[in-house]
Amino acid sequence: MKEFDVIVVGGGITGAATARDCAMRGLSTLLIERSDICDGASGRNHGLLHSGARYAVTDKEGAEECIRENRILRRIASNCVEPTGGLFITLPGDSLEYQENFVRCCRDAGIDAVPISPKEALRLEPAVNPELIGAVKVPDASVDPFRLTDANIIDAMQHGATILKFHTVTGFVRNNGRVCGVRVTKPGVIRSQEIRARMVVLAAGIWTAGLIREAGINIGMLPSKGALVIFGHRVAGMVINRCRKPSNADILVPGDVVSVLGTTSDKVPFEGIDDMRATPEEVDLLLREGVSLVPALSHTRIIRAYAGVRPLVMADSDGDGRSVSRGIVVLDHEQRDGVPGLITITGGKLTTCRLMAEMVTDAVCAKLGVKAVCETALRPLPGSGKAHKDDEEVPYFKRAAIGRHGTEVSRMDFDLGHEIICECEQVTRAEIKYAVKTLGVRNISDLRRHTRIGMGTCQGSFCIKKVAAVLAEELGEPLREKEFIDEYLQERWKGITPVFWGDSLREAEYMQRTHKDEI
Amino acid sequence: MQENNISAGNLEQCLKCNLCTLVCPMMAVNAHYPGPKKAGPDGERYRLKDPQYYDYALKYCLNCKRCEVACPSGVMVGDIIQAARLRYAGHNLRDWALANTDLVGSLASPFAPVVNGVLGLKPVKSLMHAFMGVDSHRTFPSYSARRFTSWMRRQDQGGFDKFVSFFHGCYVNYNYPQLGKDLVRLVNAAGYGVHLLEKEKCCGVALMSNSMGAQARRQGEINLASMRKAIAAGEDILTVSSTCTFTMRDEYPHVLALENAEVRPHLMLLSKWLYQKMESGEVSLRFRRDLHLKIAYHTSCHMQKLGWRNFTLELLRKIPGVELVEMDQQCCGIAGTFGFKKENYAYSQAIGGRLFDEIGAARVALGAQSDPGFVVCTECETCKWQIEMSTGVPVMNPVSILAMALE
Ligand SMILES: Cc1cc2nc3c(=O)[nH]c(=O)nc-3n(C[C@H](O)[C@H](O)[C@H](O)COP(=O)(O)OP(=O)(O)OC[C@H]3O[C@@H](n4cnc5c(N)ncnc54)[C@H](O)[C@@H]3O)c2cc1C
Ligand code: SF4
Ligand code: SF4
Ligand code: SF4
Repeated sequence: MKEFDVIVVGGGITGAATARDCAMRGLSTLLIERSDICDGASGRNHGLLHSGARYAVTDKEGAEECIRENRILRRIASNCVEPTGGLFITLPGDSLEYQENFVRCCRDAGIDAVPISPKEALRLEPAVNPELIGAVKVPDASVDPFRLTDANIIDAMQHGATILKFHTVTGFVRNNGRVCGVRVTKPGVIRSQEIRARMVVLAAGIWTAGLIREAGINIGMLPSKGALVIFGHRVAGMVINRCRKPSNADILVPGDVVSVLGTTSDKVPFEGIDDMRATPEEVDLLLREGVSLVPALSHTRIIRAYAGVRPLVMADSDGDGRSVSRGIVVLDHEQRDGVPGLITITGGKLTTCRLMAEMVTDAVCAKLGVKAVCETALRPLPGSGKAHKDDEEVPYFKRAAIGRHGTEVSRMDFDLGHEIICECEQVTRAEIKYAVKTLGVRNISDLRRHTRIGMGTCQGSFCIKKVAAVLAEELGEPLREKEFIDEYLQERWKGITPVFWGDSLREAEYMQRTHKDEI
Repeated sequence: MQENNISAGNLEQCLKCNLCTLVCPMMAVNAHYPGPKKAGPDGERYRLKDPQYYDYALKYCLNCKRCEVACPSGVMVGDIIQAARLRYAGHNLRDWALANTDLVGSLASPFAPVVNGVLGLKPVKSLMHAFMGVDSHRTFPSYSARRFTSWMRRQDQGGFDKFVSFFHGCYVNYNYPQLGKDLVRLVNAAGYGVHLLEKEKCCGVALMSNSMGAQARRQGEINLASMRKAIAAGEDILTVSSTCTFTMRDEYPHVLALENAEVRPHLMLLSKWLYQKMESGEVSLRFRRDLHLKIAYHTSCHMQKLGWRNFTLELLRKIPGVELVEMDQQCCGIAGTFGFKKENYAYSQAIGGRLFDEIGAARVALGAQSDPGFVVCTECETCKWQIEMSTGVPVMNPVSILAMALE
């Protein structure tokens, strides 16, 4: 392979946004991801486009970053962001003084926080706990992390970037101490391959800590696990937060057609980070707290539970690891460790991905002597823009796709592919074709991330054989159907087992009966 | 921590098994209709996210509730669809005229001969076809010159010490008072007097299926208030039409959010009431031996949902000269005002096709190919219009048959 200007390691939201920015500034860019796009923390989070309100009291700078980026993403990624608005509610036992201070801090950070009466809150969002004693309206929104990451990847490719999925970076190519490339392996191939670049950016989330040791560098990182629960449909239309010191299970986010309740926060050892699962205890804890936000959660069907890992970075000055940096961390390893050619970007949030990319791309450009300025805040991402789904002329099989992919539906061929394959999420063959062609998928789990296939209430019981057949056909690999089904069902079981009761249990039994050979 | 999952219309109980899809009569003939599962629980998830996902093809739903009867998981598929139409769809003048059965009825009734003449005339029909979108193949149910209520007020019911109240419905009042008179005859023969409700409005089913929920709700409240008074006076409320009955028992609470728990057990079709009275021995009726009728019984969709057809069948079997065939349960395709709309006519007839074949087969089974004594029996008056128009076989309500059989 040729030498690139920059290699970005990690295909989460940070890596994707960075590849987009680098490519837009004219750098020849390669992104390497060991798995599928969005298979790390970026595919296992809460999907809240923070207004910054949650951080206003404790971290003014973080709050200001959030509200700025919140406004930008609404503009450049309209098909990924749903402007739901958010509420911070105060319940009996919570303090109204806290609420007052909260509103003041929000305003200091430039966040439009409006206190409203409990009655008005109930009118805006009938699902909130009717016992609330205070409420504040904030510009929180819901963001689809899969779509946002995909949009960044597609834009990066459209600006000339190369995306290498299913390749793992195992080490670095060194020359006189300088990092001048990476060593890469792919599944089934023992020998590693070298790929050279003038700069390497590490955006591998929590995995950065392990990988960077290959360059003889140490970064103090702590994995912090967060568990979340998905409910089968929209219980509330707005983001609902508890107005108190941030704690467990105090946010309910309307994510696409479901509701997501979270989260917990527990330090966990590095050993488990590749296989994070929510436990039944965590689900119990989440539910217990969640019902005080929105009572209807006590009888709304749960479809699955999952967990992600936040990479907490210890401040460099701090030896015992107690003080943790919550903000965006850009580490120039030439300056910090005497290793030129290598930069790390981590920390931050989904909400601030564009800003993180801007910061690290600025650093890369400075090293490479490139003067191009950042334009990512000005140019819409692919799919953003007006696409109507409420026209009587738009057939039902197209509406869900418009909701997901916005203007990108113009690249889908519905004439040949209008048959619905996944019924819960109304995914058509046209959408599958599009995902296979533009995003490259290797199995049904990948397809799920890019289309919502199998994310509905049946979790694939009904449609999975159809999906496997269509995928095998589109990939031209007819013999792999069974393998597709096996992989997918194993993966789904992981999320269903912690919530084995009520309708989820009935659905699971049904799944087991229809697919008894596979499970 | 969670034991049960209950949400509006039981939408989450759906296992996606698609049994409902198999039985939906509209699905079978119309490729534009997404079917009960997609229009119901699947679509509802998207509509909850954003009303823009409302699919106009939901207008094709017949509200026959066959999907609900089929669903093994207790999902109220039809209710979910019906509620969505009320919430999200707009309506036009034609829907308004067809839905306001009371109003059009009361406007037309004093001029019945004129109206009947005019509505049947070719040019007028094609005008309605063009401007209002009412299909020109349809004959409008004819309007009666004298309302049932004005006849009823002149009947002396003083000689009884036990009473029932009668919810007559629009059809009896404006189109076919004889059916109401038949009910009064039967109930009187059973030893009960008949009262009208203090106030009666159309049950509202046509308003609901044409997305006029607020007005339907107001009418429902008036009906329920009158019924509560009758029940307080110890009276049951009898009906003759399966649709009015089903609407007031099930759609009121499920679709219009009208609380009717105290009314429900007292509101029933005459056949259920009479069957129970006769079974308990309180009432005994004597039927003529010389009535020779060959009857093909058609279970209307709402009768199927009510689950009461056995009461009717058992009563009919008590008439000595009657030969009875129960037909396979199929939708006739008219579904209230649905089949009156120009754009639906073809679907309506395609759905009905299977039933019309059944009727032909029943006729053969009864050996009644040339017998004038062959009738179809059903509790639904829109089925009556559809079957009579499409097959020429006369259709009778079981109440009329029973009254005719009285000694
Ligand atoms: C439970 C939870 C809830 C959250 N909720 C929110 C929220 O509501 N709003 C918000 O704004 N933020 C939220 N966040 C934060 C947000 O999810 C993360 O900040 C963000 O996703 C981090 O993205 P990333 O790209 O840096 O890391 P990741 O998404 O983890 O990406 C790292 C990628 O690197 C790849 N990789 C690792 N090792 C290698 C290797 N050797 N070679 C090649 N590739 C490799 C991994 O496969 C992975 O895809 C949440 C986080 C968690 C854990
Ligand atoms: S009510 Fe009847 S027409 Fe409507 S979806 Fe159900 S089965 Fe189909
Ligand atoms: S029959 Fe019931 S459970 Fe089965 S798909 Fe239809 S609504 Fe769902
Ligand atoms: S169902 Fe009965 S009350 Fe309702 S519109 Fe029809 S005739 Fe009138």
